[in-house]
Amino acid sequence: MARYGIGAAVVRKEDERFLHGRGQYVADFRLAGTREVAFVRSPVAHARLRAIDVPHEVRHAVFTAKDLVGVKPIISSPPLKGFKHSAQPILATDKVRYVGEIVAMCLAPTRAEAEDIAAMVSLDFEELPAVTDMLAALEPSAPLVHEEWGDNIFITFSEDGPVDEVAKVAAIKVTREIRTSRHCMFPMEGRGVVAYRDQRLRYLTLITSTQFPHSVQTGLCECLGLDDGAVRIISPDVGGGFGYKGLLCREEVALGWLALQVNHPVRWLEDCREHLSANANCREHHYTITGYASREGKLLAIDCVGYVDAGAYSDYPISSAPEAAQIANLLPGPYTFSTYRCRSAAVATNKCPIIPYRGVARSGICLAIESVMDAIAREAGLEPYEVRLRNMVRPDQMPFDNVVGKHFDSGDHPECLRRAVDAIRLPEVRARQKRPERDGRLIGVGLSFFVEQGAHGTSVLASWGRPIVPGYEQANVRITADGDVEIRVGTHSHGQGHETTFAQVAHEILGVDFDRIKVLQGDTLYTPYSTATWGSRSMVMGGGAVARASRTIAARAARIGAWLLQADAADARVADGQVIAGNGSVSLREVARAWYLQPQNLPPDVDTGGLEVTTGYRAERDSGTFSYASHAAVVAVDPQTGLIEILDYVVVEDGGVLVNPMIVDGQVCGGTAQGIGTCLYEAMPFDAQGQPLASTLLDYMLPGATEVPDIRVLHMQTPSPYTEFGMKGLGEGGAVGPPAAIVSAVNDALRPLGAEVHDLPLTPECVLAAIDTARARPPHG
Amino acid sequence: MKPAAFEFVRASTLSEATTILLESDGAARVVAGAQSLGPMLNLRLVQPRILVDITGIAELTEIEDGDEAVTLGACVTTANIEDGRLPGRGLRALSLVAGRIAYRAVRNRGTIGGSVCHADPAADWVSALCALGAECVIVGPHGLRRLAVEEFITGAFENALAPGELLRGIRVPRLSSDARWGYNKLCRKAGEFALAIGAVLDDRERDRFRAVIGATMGRPIIVTDSRQVRRPDGAGLDEAALLRLFDRYGISDRAARRQHVAIIARAFDQAACP
Repeated sequence: MARYGIGAAVVRKEDERFLHGRGQYVADFRLAGTREVAFVRSPVAHARLRAIDVPHEVRHAVFTAKDLVGVKPIISSPPLKGFKHSAQPILATDKVRYVGEIVAMCLAPTRAEAEDIAAMVSLDFEELPAVTDMLAALEPSAPLVHEEWGDNIFITFSEDGPVDEVAKVAAIKVTREIRTSRHCMFPMEGRGVVAYRDQRLRYLTLITSTQFPHSVQTGLCECLGLDDGAVRIISPDVGGGFGYKGLLCREEVALGWLALQVNHPVRWLEDCREHLSANANCREHHYTITGYASREGKLLAIDCVGYVDAGAYSDYPISSAPEAAQIANLLPGPYTFSTYRCRSAAVATNKCPIIPYRGVARSGICLAIESVMDAIAREAGLEPYEVRLRNMVRPDQMPFDNVVGKHFDSGDHPECLRRAVDAIRLPEVRARQKRPERDGRLIGVGLSFFVEQGAHGTSVLASWGRPIVPGYEQANVRITADGDVEIRVGTHSHGQGHETTFAQVAHEILGVDFDRIKVLQGDTLYTPYSTATWGSRSMVMGGGAVARASRTIAARAARIGAWLLQADAADARVADGQVIAGNGSVSLREVARAWYLQPQNLPPDVDTGGLEVTTGYRAERDSGTFSYASHAAVVAVDPQTGLIEILDYVVVEDGGVLVNPMIVDGQVCGGTAQGIGTCLYEAMPFDAQGQPLASTLLDYMLPGATEVPDIRVLHMQTPSPYTEFGMKGLGEGGAVGPPAAIVSAVNDALRPLGAEVHDLPLTPECVLAAIDTARARPPHG
Repeated sequence: MKPAAFEFVRASTLSEATTILLESDGAARVVAGAQSLGPMLNLRLVQPRILVDITGIAELTEIEDGDEAVTLGACVTTANIEDGRLPGRGLRALSLVAGRIAYRAVRNRGTIGGSVCHADPAADWVSALCALGAECVIVGPHGLRRLAVEEFITGAFENALAPGELLRGIRVPRLSSDARWGYNKLCRKAGEFALAIGAVLDDRERDRFRAVIGATMGRPIIVTDSRQVRRPDGAGLDEAALLRLFDRYGISDRAARRQHVAIIARAFDQAACP
């Protein structure tokens, strides 16, 4: 018999419609009378806006900040000491702070006509010098993005261990400077908003492509001065998010306002240029990191200064704080050293805001610490994996609190690393490296290891700074009169397959036919309030809530079933879609029919809550689950052209008990593809005036099918002691490991030439420059 | 990203198309596969008043299989060249080049004539056709004229078409049966525009030894006698001669010079290997 419960590789319920092109995305909603919006965006990075000239003939179709009376700017200020707040106007008022910032909104029957109108609007501005680099932004003479701040720093985090003491005795000291590129999240579906007034239900309704329906509702109400009872957010099928759809966007507020002014629906669909350059970027960090170790490769201390180029504004509800906060307290990663100093800061620049992308700060963090581990290995004359093994938490030490108090819940880290080393066939690669390749390329092997904190609870998020902190995640589970199961959750799938996995959880407990379990999400009208889907939390938190609610339903159904069977309620249990008591059984359908249609057959003391339950869940310990993984890569580097090819790629991953291993494989491979993009391809460069230079896919390079190798994924499953079924969050790890593993492999390949690369992406030019630099350097001795 | 309004004309004859071009006084643009022009229209980088679609003109999708040369109509698609299902003989070199241009979806619509007219320095047809010694067949108000592809391309994104003129076809001279062809390009990922292109034709019987270094910032570098950049003993490249050539063409970026040397060397190797 096919299995559908926890651990079954069930084919996704949603794929039926997705693979037949029947998904329903924002752009698929065609409401009669809809008019289209195009935005006039700032062509300059930093300027005082003196005037907006709108020709008379289109005045009725153009809206500027002057029209948006009473609309508040987006302010996303976490309650953290020293955080400097930014007010992001919906439409620019006195100043623009990056290229692409919205200045005016144009309305027309079609998008093309709206763009015609937008082209007629002219802006009069006084250009100001732009600050386009995070390090330059720290200089005392740097232009100020927000004059009232006095500097360009949103917030600083620090950890202050006695590194100087350790430095005196450490045999090995290695320092690396590392820069990760600013890049774009690139879900297949961009953003889009349809807004209209629902006269019947009396809601301002937004159909919008978001990961966070309720957060958009809360934020939109703040900006428009509405109560949340007046606003309904529908997020239909979402074609990928990765963090890009984890914020309130100004376009949502602008269209929400507009829908209240006009008597027809309004729509804006983000185009590719807006997507790449105008809304949000990610990942741009700079690290100066020093590691101290003993001669035997035992890590003694880490000393780091890290910066995040956070762009011009703090986005809602994430804020610009978490990325820098993560640098300070996730950098130590999986290692057991005890002396740690780190200062990290989120720096404002005249670029669009940085928001967390799958893995948030961790792909950069992992690259920084793993580069240090590789450097120590070179100094100590050891294999890089050997150095890592010497500094890992042993399984008998679990659960383990690391140097910054991160609580690793469970796992066997050394075993995970050993399996990756085996799977990548290290001895074979080392043997191959001794022979020259026929095509002149250089072979390298590298690896990375990291822990992935997921399902962060209240205590973690409150300390990282977020205006909206998650608490108990709720789910609503209902058995219908025909014995079907409906699950309503506030989390929202943007590709994770929640319609399948949440149904697996309910099936595990109730045993109802898998086809008769339906998961409903993405609508504030009928789902519990939730901070929704981000931070690898939905399965642990939402799935945990579904489990709790399903158990409560099962208990209530068991009592009714026992009464129908005339058995003792204490002996009754639910399994395989039935209430079983002694030798008798009655189907949940019959139980449901009793509740809904034949109440005369119910026990006199029946729970009047009936066959519908909403309940909340929080893990027993809310410090988060800690998945972990080791990535290993073999690359070939062409020293003549600088081109890098990935020859083999292995991921060994422990995400606790897996609900659906097939979906997990998809998550790991998808994330790894994005990590390969981070490492080798993706970059959004800016010129000195703050112009984004990759505003089309001609210039912005994403990995494609031919650039992503066949990724071999191996699983370990160590249960978390704190969660339902021992599940752990794991949705982001795939994107975290690749830069560190690939950089490690490339540097291994370049080692005979004495060259090293550290800045992402590893373009052919950057590889050639590293080789040139090494050649120009006088030989040792 | 929607184009500004334009008038759309689907021409059915060459004279209809050239008349519109002449009379529009520069306000008309020719469109065939629209694989480059389409995005440019959407980005409003070009805003023609009239768009003249020439893909319905029968002659432009024809192939003339002559004794001295094969002439491909300007609207022959890259996919059709790739698939080798065309009547012309000796198009194997073109077929090999076609199969690595962009992606199949682009090749299905993109045309050889459109690519040459667009004159993107990194386009494969530009370099490959120069190496083969191909000519552009141009139709205009005063009849037909022929111009070598390397003269037709006057610079990056610039061509030699006069007002009212239209590229009718590409005339590719026949190769002798033992001619050797080498083509190599450097792309960061499959289907992207190249960082460097090397194309080599060794046709001893017809005494043609051409080499092209493409994907430069401007017109491709044509080496009409490639023996000038090979070592006298015939084994390998004369790197110094190549670097002098790069100096002359203003290719100063260190990485680009190394990449161009590597790629043309590989094209030579390919032409040399049976």
